[in-house]
Amino acid sequence: MNKIKSFDDLKQLREGLQAKIKQRNSGSNPESIVRIKVAMSTCGIASGAKEIMNFLTDELEQQSIEAVVTQTGCMGYCYAEPTIEVSLPGKEPIVFGDVDTFRAAEIIEKYIIHNELVDGILPVNYRTIDN
Amino acid sequence: MADYRMHLLVCGGTGCKSSESEQIRDNLLAEVERYGLNDEVQVVMTGCFGFCGKGPIVKVLPDNTFYVLVKPEDAATIVEEHVVMGRKVNDLLYLDPESDEPISDSKQMDFHKKQVRIALRNCGVINPENIDEYIARDGYAALATCLSEKSPQQVINEIKLSGQRGRGGGGFPTGLKWEITSKSQADQKYVVCNADEGDPGAFMDRSILEGDPHSVIEAMAICGYCTGSTKGLVYIRAEYPLAIQRLKTAIHQAREYGLLGDVIFGTTFSFDITLRYGAGAFVCGEETALIHSMEGLRGEPTFKPPFPSESGYLGKPTTVNNVETLASIPVIINKGAAFFNSIGTEKSKGTKVFALAGKINNVGLIEVPMGTTLREVIFDIGGGIKGGKKFKSVQTGGPSGGCLTNSFLDTPIDYDNLIAAGSMMGSGGMIVMDEDDCMVSIAKFYLEFTLDESCGKCTPCRIGNKRLYEILDKITKGLGTEEDLTRLRSLCNVIKDTSLCGLGQTSPNPILSTLDNFYDEYLAHVRDHKCPAGQCKSLVKYSIDNEKCTGCTLCFRNCPVGAITGEKRSPHFIDNAICIKCGVCYDKCKFDAVSVS
Ligand SMILES: Cc1cc2nc3c(=O)[nH]c(=O)nc-3n(C[C@H](O)[C@H](O)[C@H](O)COP(=O)(O)O)c2cc1C
Ligand code: SF4
Ligand code: SF4
Ligand code: SF4
Ligand code: FES
Ligand code: FES
Repeated sequence: MNKIKSFDDLKQLREGLQAKIKQRNSGSNPESIVRIKVAMSTCGIASGAKEIMNFLTDELEQQSIEAVVTQTGCMGYCYAEPTIEVSLPGKEPIVFGDVDTFRAAEIIEKYIIHNELVDGILPVNYRTIDN
Repeated sequence: MADYRMHLLVCGGTGCKSSESEQIRDNLLAEVERYGLNDEVQVVMTGCFGFCGKGPIVKVLPDNTFYVLVKPEDAATIVEEHVVMGRKVNDLLYLDPESDEPISDSKQMDFHKKQVRIALRNCGVINPENIDEYIARDGYAALATCLSEKSPQQVINEIKLSGQRGRGGGGFPTGLKWEITSKSQADQKYVVCNADEGDPGAFMDRSILEGDPHSVIEAMAICGYCTGSTKGLVYIRAEYPLAIQRLKTAIHQAREYGLLGDVIFGTTFSFDITLRYGAGAFVCGEETALIHSMEGLRGEPTFKPPFPSESGYLGKPTTVNNVETLASIPVIINKGAAFFNSIGTEKSKGTKVFALAGKINNVGLIEVPMGTTLREVIFDIGGGIKGGKKFKSVQTGGPSGGCLTNSFLDTPIDYDNLIAAGSMMGSGGMIVMDEDDCMVSIAKFYLEFTLDESCGKCTPCRIGNKRLYEILDKITKGLGTEEDLTRLRSLCNVIKDTSLCGLGQTSPNPILSTLDNFYDEYLAHVRDHKCPAGQCKSLVKYSIDNEKCTGCTLCFRNCPVGAITGEKRSPHFIDNAICIKCGVCYDKCKFDAVSVS
């Protein structure tokens, strides 16, 4: 890792990272891929988030769907753990709650492959401070 | 394969379901079918929108129209008007509470969402083990701004202006605290992050450290710059292994980038952070006890003053701040004091994270502007009471707080209002109780916790709380008298006035607040020897109704202590001298013959 030696260094790094993210998410970019975040805080893991993460990684690989599965922290929906967020290229991210392996398979089959929604979406119920 | 052009999202959260949202879904489906739009429009059920007070909710994608108070018979109109004709149904739109105008634009709708995430801004958004994701969301820009563009005093002024107050419970102004440390003269000063989090029911600090550890690291470095400290310590309980691991990874990554260590951002400022582990004693969250615990001494509080800002860790000036307090600091710098100050009430600015627990549908972590009412938190965001039961009370502030009733539901939540109501903010645990909860037992539960956690240093807390517990125990066993209630109250006041630290000074709050708000319930226990909620086992009596009992012998065979007698096919009888009130007979009887009183 290169050291960040000044505010300008940080800004440069930030811009590079932001551009990368923007490109990755844009629908028009042919290299855009599916991105999945799994909520992996103590309570998510206790409800089985690790197995879901492994299941998603394996299943997507087997079906040759190019996707990045990463972990994230608490989304706040403890009543609906495990929760995952799926971003299809060019679309708003969607959060699914109470994801067991059966539901995970359904999400891949219906939402990721066929762009159909499935029951149990968790609406974003908060305002962010970005803009 | 269907390629849907439109989605109708029907809220399937508990609140909306109880007002027929499933019927709305079915009707929408039928209407969509009637127009032959099955391949174009999909109807799905979702989780709670955090707007239950205005439920049932139907949201239309992709135009984000938000319909409220929808009735099953509105389904036809929504499909005919919106889906087929492309016109929004004005009557079902949300009305702006101020202008009374319907809101059709989803961006404006966003503005009405009850939750605003500042401390939790990155939780559930970034990968906490990847510093780049934090940087992409303006991470470390606040530190860079401070180091390259502002003097320590300018930063302190900004924090003071923002109105930020400590989220660890006390609510002390953060900017002022930093200023005191910065003015104390010493060869070494320290920044301590209090991640002890011992309140039963609170887990926001853990979630922040697990979801966004860099925000705390960055804020500690900013605090170091402001106060003239080069060393940071995080006091974290060893029971938080995942938070510890993520914090360690984050510190390591920050060092690799040169964001911790020497010559940060090419300046002369140096700062580094080490972890200290706590053994999980509640009293070690109190700042002086915490400092002693880090020094290798017994985790016991000492008298203040001197405050840690003047003489803390190893006798040096030390700033102690809570995790959530710190997590908001970078936002104050990046977005400006005025932004933070514009949210909240007159004396409590910004947002507060609450952990919702107890008899509430949407158990979870929420962040709302100060000044939001308890009703909005419990009934809109929290989705109301589980199982459609009646709301009875909400406990805030953990073992130092109190139980509030119905009449406080519309009180805006802030530090001062909660104290005036006989409770306190505490760290943000919020435990909701329904009609089945006995308030005397609840008070006893908290006292039991206090007894376990009292360090024993001073008499009022060590012995006084024990006596309080004994009186409560007596009352729940039906042996209490009305004089006990008077004794309870006066002993509470003595303990409050004479204890050394915050633990003892606040431990009687659960009792005092329930005495104030639920006096009738105490009276029922001592006068009539009855527990209105049916929770106090010694006070309930099981009996069998001669008329209803068929003599099936099921209860007789299941009673664990042989308290039931009776011949086959003739009424059975419970011997209350033997019965241990386990409730098995009540659950087993198929003829509703067993009753509790
Ligand atoms: C019994 C007791 C327990 C406490 N536990 C905590 C705790 O777990 N976490 C915390 O941040 N503050 C706790 N505090 C408050 C701290 O003493 C201190 O006020 C706080 O860490 C200061 O940070 P702030 O100004 O950012 O809130 C506790 C206080 C008392 C009296
Ligand atoms: S009030 Fe209780 S916890 Fe605090 S010093 Fe006294 S005995 Fe210890
Ligand atoms: S289970 Fe009910 S009906 Fe059967 S003997 Fe007991 S009380 Fe009577
Ligand atoms: S409550 Fe339990 S102990 Fe009492 S009579 Fe019924 S089964 Fe027996
Ligand atoms: S810790 Fe699970 S959603 Fe918050
Ligand atoms: S908004 Fe529908 S249940 Fe909360």
